[in-house]
Amino acid sequence: MSALLEVDDLRVTFGGTAAVRGISLTVEKGETHCLVGESGCGKSVTSLAVMGLLAKGGKREAARLSFAGDDIRYYDEKQMSRLRGDRMAMIFQEPMTSLNPAYTVGSQMTEVLRRHRGTPRAQAVDRAVELLTRVGITAPGLRLGQFPHQLSGGLRQRVMIAMALMCDPELLIADEPTTALDVTVQAQILRLLAELQKDLGLGILLITHDLGIVARVADRVSVMYAGEVVESAPTAELFRAPRHPYTRGLLSCVPVPGKVKRDEPLGSIPGVVPRIPPGFIGCAFRDRCSFAEAACAGPLPRRNVGPAHEMLCILPEGAGA
Amino acid sequence: MLHFLRRRLTVAILVALTVLTLSFLLTRLSGDLAISIAGPNATQEDVELIRRAYGLDRPLWVQYFDWLWRALQGDFGDSYFFKTRVARLIMERMPITMTLGLCGLFIALCVALPLGILAAVRENTWVDRSVLMVALIGQAMPSFWLGLTLMIVLGLNLGWLPISGTGSWQHYVMPSVVLSFSAIPSLMRLTRSGMIEALASDYIRTARAKGLSRLSILVKHGFRNAAIPVVAIAAVQLGFMLGGSIVIETVFALHGVGYLAWESISKNDFPVVQAVVLVLALIYIGLTLLSDLLNAVLDPRLRSA
Repeated sequence: MSALLEVDDLRVTFGGTAAVRGISLTVEKGETHCLVGESGCGKSVTSLAVMGLLAKGGKREAARLSFAGDDIRYYDEKQMSRLRGDRMAMIFQEPMTSLNPAYTVGSQMTEVLRRHRGTPRAQAVDRAVELLTRVGITAPGLRLGQFPHQLSGGLRQRVMIAMALMCDPELLIADEPTTALDVTVQAQILRLLAELQKDLGLGILLITHDLGIVARVADRVSVMYAGEVVESAPTAELFRAPRHPYTRGLLSCVPVPGKVKRDEPLGSIPGVVPRIPPGFIGCAFRDRCSFAEAACAGPLPRRNVGPAHEMLCILPEGAGA
Repeated sequence: MLHFLRRRLTVAILVALTVLTLSFLLTRLSGDLAISIAGPNATQEDVELIRRAYGLDRPLWVQYFDWLWRALQGDFGDSYFFKTRVARLIMERMPITMTLGLCGLFIALCVALPLGILAAVRENTWVDRSVLMVALIGQAMPSFWLGLTLMIVLGLNLGWLPISGTGSWQHYVMPSVVLSFSAIPSLMRLTRSGMIEALASDYIRTARAKGLSRLSILVKHGFRNAAIPVVAIAAVQLGFMLGGSIVIETVFALHGVGYLAWESISKNDFPVVQAVVLVLALIYIGLTLLSDLLNAVLDPRLRSA
C-alpha cells in the first residue's frame, strides 16, 4: 500500500529564486513527519506547494506528488478544492490575519462542513462546538457568534486548528501551529492531535522550528536547509546520532536539561540561509560549515547512513563526531 | 456604535445648517431681488411695492430667520414664475430625478462591479489594462457630449430610442446610461483595488485551503471585504448624480429637479433656485450619513467600536 502523502523531487521557483530544490518526503497514515529548519529555508513553501496554494508567480514541479495513491500533480483547481479542507487540511502560522474579518467564527467553521459534506447548519454548529471544546476553548457557543477581531491571537489560532479538523481530514499540514500559544495550551493541542492520530489514523506534516515539539511528537524528521532536505531520519535516531553538520549545529543551539552544563555557551551557526540562484550546484551549507572542503562545491550524493536515515553530505561516516 | 452614530449625526446637522445659510446668502448676494423680480420695464414705485410685498425691506437677519423657520417646516414660499408653491413644484419633479439617479447608479454598479472584479482577478493582463482604459475614456468624456452623441446615433440615425421627454421608460434609457458614465470609473477602480487587496490576503488563502468553491472565494470572502468602501462611495455617488443630472436633464429635456433648477436660474426665480440647492444638498448630506451607516453595518470591526 502506498503512503498517504508521497513527494518526490519537488521543486518550487519564484521568478529567479529557487525556493524548494528537489524535496522528497513521505507521510504515512497515522504518522507525524516534522519539517525543521531556519526561517526562509522553504518549509512553508513546501507545504503550500503540496496543498496547491502557492502564491501568484510560484511554479511547482515534481517527479511524484501523490495523496492516498492518487497523483495530484495535474489536478486542476476544482479537483484540488474537493480535496482541500475535506481530506487534506492546513493550519497556517498567521493567526491574526488568516480568518476573514467580515464573518463570525461560527460561519467560517461551519462552511467547511457544509461545502464538503452538505451538513445541515444545526449539525455543523454542533460539530464546531465539539471541536472548539476539544482545542480547549471555554464558552464555545459564545465564540461561535463572535468576529475574529474580538478574539486574541491564541484563540484565533485554536479556531484555525478546530476549523482544519472539521471534516476529519486524513492529512493535516500544520505550519507552526502552536507558536502563538502558551505552553499549557500547546500541550493540549499536541495531545489532541496525538489522539486524532490514534483514533482516525491522521497523518501529520508538522512544520516547526521548535525542536522540543519535534522530540515529543515526531515519528520522523526531515531537516531542511536552503530548499533541500539535508538529513532525514526517525526521530530517536536523529536526536541520538545527527550526521549532517547542519543538523548537529541546529541541535547544539538548543539547551538540553542535564546535558548542557551551566555557564557553557550554547552552540550557534554563523551566517544566514543564503538565497540560491537557479542552477546552483553543490552544498548550500558549505559557506557556513566548519567541515567544508573543495568537493562540497560539486554534485552531492544522497546517501543512506543508517536504517531509514539519509543525508546529503560528503562527510564520511563517523567524521567530525 | 452609538457613539459613532451620534458623532456622524452631529456633523451632518452642522453641515446642513451651513448649507441652509449659504443658500440664503448666495441668492441675496446676486443683486437686488426686487429689481430682478419686477423686470426691466418696472417703475421705481413697482419695485418698492414688490420689495414690501415680499418682505425684502426688512433687515437681512429677520429675513434669514423667517426664511429658515419656514424652510425647516418645508415651506419654501411661492415661485415667482410658476405661481405655485415651491415645495409642490419640487415634489412633482423629484420622482423624475430620483428615477434617473437610481437607474444611473444601478447601471453603473452593474457595469463597474463585474468589470472591477474581472480586472482584479486578471490583474496585469490585457483584460485588466483594457478595463482600465475604458475607465479612463469614461472619465475623460464630458456627459453633455456623450448625451448628444447618443442622441444622434441611437435616436436620430438608428431611431431606437426617443431623444427627449419623459413619456415612457425608453425615455430614461439614454439619460441613465449617460449619467452612469460619471460614476463607473471611480466605482470600478475602487472595486478593482479592493479586490486585489482582498485576494492577496491571508484569509483568502484560508478560504482556498478550506476547499471552498471559486465563486465563494471570490464573492463571499473576497468581494464581501472589497465591497465595504464601494458601497459607501456608491451612496455618495448617487448624491453627485442627482446634482449632476442638471446637465443631463437639460440635454434630454427631462422635466426633473435639475431641469427646474436650470429654468429657475434663467428666470431669476430665486425661491426655487434656493430650494433646489437646499434639497439636493440635504439629500447629499443624507446619503453621506447613509454611507457611514452602511460602512458600520458591513464592517463588524466598526460596529463594535
